[in-house]
Amino acid sequence: MNIQNDNQWLYTISSKHKLFSINFREIWRYRDLLVMFVKRDLVTLYKQTILGPLWYVIQPLFTSVIFTLVFNNLGNISTGTIPPFLFNLAGITAWNYFKECLTGTSNTFTKNQAIFGKVYFPRVIMPMSVTISNLLKFSIQLFIFLGFYVYYYFAGSTVEMNLNILLFPVYVIMMALLGLGLGMIISSMTTKYRDLHVLVSFGVQLLMYLSAVPYSVAEAQAKFPEFVVPFVVYSPLTQIIEGFRFMLLNTGSFSWVSFAYTLISSVVIFLLGLVIFNKTEKKFIDTV
Amino acid sequence: MPNTILKVDKISKQYRLGLIGTGTLRHDLNRWWHSIRGKEDPFLQVGEVNDRSVKGDSDYVWALQDISFEVEKGEVLGIVGKNGAGKSTLLKILSRVTAPTKGEVKTKGDIASLLEVGTGFHPEMTGRENIFLNGAILGMTKREIKQKLEEIIAFSGCARYIDTPVKRYSIGMRVRLAFSVAAFLEPDILVVDEVLAVGDAEFQKKAIGKMQDISQGDGRTVLFVSHDMTSIEALCSRVIVLQNGRIALIDTPQKAIEFYLKSDQTDDEINYVNVRGDKQYYIKKATINGSHNRNNLVKSGSPIKMKFELNKELSKEELKKIAFYLIIKNELQSPVLTLSNMYDSNFDDSKESSRFLECEIDGLNLSEGRYFVTTWLTFNNALSNQINDSFVFEVIQTDFYKTGKMPNPRKHGYMLLNQKWSSS
Repeated sequence: MNIQNDNQWLYTISSKHKLFSINFREIWRYRDLLVMFVKRDLVTLYKQTILGPLWYVIQPLFTSVIFTLVFNNLGNISTGTIPPFLFNLAGITAWNYFKECLTGTSNTFTKNQAIFGKVYFPRVIMPMSVTISNLLKFSIQLFIFLGFYVYYYFAGSTVEMNLNILLFPVYVIMMALLGLGLGMIISSMTTKYRDLHVLVSFGVQLLMYLSAVPYSVAEAQAKFPEFVVPFVVYSPLTQIIEGFRFMLLNTGSFSWVSFAYTLISSVVIFLLGLVIFNKTEKKFIDTV
Repeated sequence: MPNTILKVDKISKQYRLGLIGTGTLRHDLNRWWHSIRGKEDPFLQVGEVNDRSVKGDSDYVWALQDISFEVEKGEVLGIVGKNGAGKSTLLKILSRVTAPTKGEVKTKGDIASLLEVGTGFHPEMTGRENIFLNGAILGMTKREIKQKLEEIIAFSGCARYIDTPVKRYSIGMRVRLAFSVAAFLEPDILVVDEVLAVGDAEFQKKAIGKMQDISQGDGRTVLFVSHDMTSIEALCSRVIVLQNGRIALIDTPQKAIEFYLKSDQTDDEINYVNVRGDKQYYIKKATINGSHNRNNLVKSGSPIKMKFELNKELSKEELKKIAFYLIIKNELQSPVLTLSNMYDSNFDDSKESSRFLECEIDGLNLSEGRYFVTTWLTFNNALSNQINDSFVFEVIQTDFYKTGKMPNPRKHGYMLLNQKWSSS
């Protein structure tokens, strides 16, 4: 068989594969499936609940109230001129999107093994759909945030946005890439050894406290022990949360260097996740 | 071959047995160490032939070994084999669910597999929503599904329930819906894994008809796995027989099925395992026409003598409470006939002591084929010993009616009976 003849095969299934063999055309061909999955997630999430989508709202609000009580009233963490409740709500809203993306995708393989074991479609559609359907949840929560924003504005608090708000979509994309990337890495690594799965459930909680959600970076630099500060400052998540608060509440600091750092690390983590995910999807069904 | 649409080239698949634990981690590290030095995976050199019933020494087995075949466009290729022969593994590799350990598969067309009972159905969504979801999972676009929606609903026969959540459906309805979506798919190669087993007779007939349309009318290629020899025979143009992960035979359906049914059992001794019951009394030894072989060639209509030795001497009282049954089943596992000491009014149960039960029949009035015998021993109406497929009667055709004419067992029934006809 000559080379020309070889080319007429549509695709080949074999044990060998290139490191970076993502078939974007195939993912595009399955775009309707992506839409269907997103729709399924949205339609079915709150079937047979009474409060329905209200749950989206209750969770961040209550968390913010508790944070305000514990960290600001009890712990005397300063939020500057910003009302502590609004400060916390901004951080939690942003953090929630990342968290939902991470936890939603980190069990992709184990949760979907029944369907993955029966039929082929580009597996990456699954975590992508999670990221997109969480976007809706995020926008509902953002809407609530804006409601309180307006309330505080008219109540006379000094809240203002700044021009960085133009970077808003970039921040959302960075959060999605980070959550998706980490989620894909974890989901790939848990197919054989479930250890990481245990880590995720409480690790995410701990990560939140290290990512400047209930306090500002300046506070951390002032009060944390020397050796902890770099963990907080160099975490891309901290930069996202801080940047998020900066553009919405004009508090904290912003520099283009740290922005670029955050953007690059998000993209790198995402690509790394994609490569690992693609390597795993071929054989995970044997080890899951 | 210009018409080859799928070419399977020496694929093998290795599985690790047992649990995943620290041992696995050690093997993984070993494997990784070999791979960074550019050496072959050390565990690919081990591995045993995959015989489910024999316990092996190695932790690795070959579920498939050196499978090569080609499929032509428009062909319906059947795949048969015992449980664990590798059918599903092969289909999994073909439908890209898992990758082979060695070898490769080349295809010129899209491969789509028919989902098992509504995998991918979301119970909370309505039938209509699920049609879209399932279609999309199988690779259809929304436009394609919309065009065929009416046809799909009509074919499934679930029109009335189409806007009800699938969780309210019966299993049969789910299968109907799942099959209907897949049936209207237009992949170049469709993979079907025993879905027709469920659903009522009417739907099975419909489904088989639809599969024939798919292959003959539309010229699509179908790979069909089933234990149901009747539908294999009806649908397939060629059949692969898999045995312990290797291809044993590729031939016409008739020949392959014959081969498969014959090879299904080994020519060993009468089977005393596969036992149920409290084993208070059991058959220790059975002799059929003087032999202890599991397979017993008998001519249809010829006399048979069977002798069964029990594990202990029976007293008179015990013998009265013993009932022994021989349930004779055909190759499709439907019972054909049962013999028992309970059915003999002349059975003398007043002997002081006995160790053997004997049965004589003047003629086994069964037509050609293999018959599996399950033995059933009860004491005082409680099951004491049941052995499934204890032994086999291989009935060979003779001129039973002395007319030179014989009915076909599968079409006309398994029983032969001398009969008197007259006209007046």
